[in-house]
Amino acid sequence: MKHPVGYGADARLRWTEWLPWVVAVAVFFLLPEYLSLGARVLTYILFALSLDLVLGYAGIVTLGHAAFFGTGAYVAGILAAKLGVTDPVIQLLASAAAAALLGLATGAVILRTHGLAQLMLTLAVAAVCLEIANKATALTGGADGLSGVSVAAIFGQFKFDMYGRTAYLWCLLLVFTGWWLVRRVIYSPFGATLTGIRENSVRMHSIGAPVYQRLLTVYTLSAAMAGTAGALLTQTNQFVGLNVLGFEPSGEILVMLILGGVGRLYGAFVGPLLFLIAQDYLARQFPEYWYFGIGLILVLVVLFARGGILGISDAIIARMGRKS
Amino acid sequence: MSAVLETRDLCKRFGALTVADNINFRLEAGAKHALIGPNGAGKTTFVNLLTGLLAPSSGTVMLGGQDVTLLPQSGRVKRGLGRTFQINTLFREMSVLDNVALGIAERLGLSGKLWRPAGHYAAVREEAMSLLDSLAIADQAARRVSDLPYGQQRLVEIAIALGLKPTVLLLDEPAAGVPSLETERILNALDSLPKTIAILIIEHDMDLVFRFADRITVLVQGEVLCEGAPQEIANDARVQSVYLGERRA
Ligand SMILES: Nc1ncnc2c1ncn2[C@@H]1O[C@H](COP(=O)(O)OP(=O)(O)O)[C@@H](O)[C@H]1O
Ligand SMILES: [Mg+2]
Repeated sequence: MKHPVGYGADARLRWTEWLPWVVAVAVFFLLPEYLSLGARVLTYILFALSLDLVLGYAGIVTLGHAAFFGTGAYVAGILAAKLGVTDPVIQLLASAAAAALLGLATGAVILRTHGLAQLMLTLAVAAVCLEIANKATALTGGADGLSGVSVAAIFGQFKFDMYGRTAYLWCLLLVFTGWWLVRRVIYSPFGATLTGIRENSVRMHSIGAPVYQRLLTVYTLSAAMAGTAGALLTQTNQFVGLNVLGFEPSGEILVMLILGGVGRLYGAFVGPLLFLIAQDYLARQFPEYWYFGIGLILVLVVLFARGGILGISDAIIARMGRKS
Repeated sequence: MSAVLETRDLCKRFGALTVADNINFRLEAGAKHALIGPNGAGKTTFVNLLTGLLAPSSGTVMLGGQDVTLLPQSGRVKRGLGRTFQINTLFREMSVLDNVALGIAERLGLSGKLWRPAGHYAAVREEAMSLLDSLAIADQAARRVSDLPYGQQRLVEIAIALGLKPTVLLLDEPAAGVPSLETERILNALDSLPKTIAILIIEHDMDLVFRFADRITVLVQGEVLCEGAPQEIANDARVQSVYLGERRA
């Protein structure tokens, strides 16, 4: 399942790569009562994909990716609730553009640093965004959140219905697009460069690669994707709260991706799916144990299964292959 | 002859430690030049100053007659400067093929391409394969480089640099710790390079130095002790005393 990329790789789709989409479509028809949870899962898959691009492929460790997610969420919300821009496509594009701009501006500074300094800067950017959203109450509603978000029919045709059918398909369409984009990027020569930078940035410099420029490009691209995911959250919830920014979503998306498997493309699918389903059940029944349980699982994954859940399944498949 | 690479009063200090002390050095076009000196003399640091991995404390680096002291590494590579590392500096989790292909794609200006899969760039792959073939490791192309024995990793280290088609090649102890079979392959590969390429090699094996170099510079404690043809250096009393482990006065 860990697909080799690069100049010797076969980029054609494997049959297993259709599985997520088959499952997603099956859920739509077979589990109509779970569509709002499904839309939430899809939104976080898109967010996790954006994180995998920077963390899993380029090796940029960030604790502040929610800055872009939250910016996207607020831009869509403010357009809808304050400026009367209700077209969902325009909202998405504006959110993506705003998040990309933020990614470009902050990345220009952050990506010049390394290690702990870089980690702290990503955290700081998210903290500043949170504080701005908190203080700019006229636009964001501050701690009360932003309600009155109205979203028009998609392409003037498909209204957001109370069963969440439209929202689910809309999220699915965007996750599919995001997945397709990320897949193209990681298989491309540019993607190979990112892996090279993660593996050994000293050598990348010495073969003449403009390392900083490459990192800035991928960081901006990833920010745009995270912003799109944020806008999706706003459109499906029709509400934006301060909890889209700050440490919690940044940490949670990191946990989801690590659980699923970092740098594997489909870890971004598996992680949010299991995390959010588990949260849906367990957090309600055992709120006091939920974070303890997640924390414990995370420690176990980091200590014993670096590749996350997909890494474990790879190892099992490899062992079975050796036996037969 | 004209110098393709030159330093003027090049200095590098790490705190109180002076590792490059007013180095004035010329590498002529097509020269096969060896840089020798005891451990800690500052040879690797000198290479890092030439490539731009380190910034000098003072002084100038000239490449192809132009001042490149402020040019980043990528700019110097574009002007034909290639190097290898004393300590393997490889993309360890990537295949041998990709290790070499990354540099080739960078040279061809393809590596910013975002759309077509890398595997579709057959020209890059073929060039990488023929380069690996010339070092007799083409059969290892699909293997992860960290799974290779050390001697073959050393060959990959050199293959990456050769893939850049440099006009000036800096080799930092390419044969250190390498079995004699691979040492021969390294020398053969260097012999088959176009004669116009200038090579600066850092090497401790004196047999290899005398076989390869037509000019030798001796570096001691960051200073150039002497420079000359191999025979002059071999007969130099100061060099002999350094290599017998005696301290200079
Ligand atoms: N980044 C650094 N910071 C401090 N001292 C360094 C650094 N790099 C090298 N040195 C010191 O500079 C001296 C020369 O090192 P080096 O250039 O590696 O020598 P050589 O390659 O000739 O063995 C050594 O004493 C080494 O400890
Ligand atoms: Mg050295």
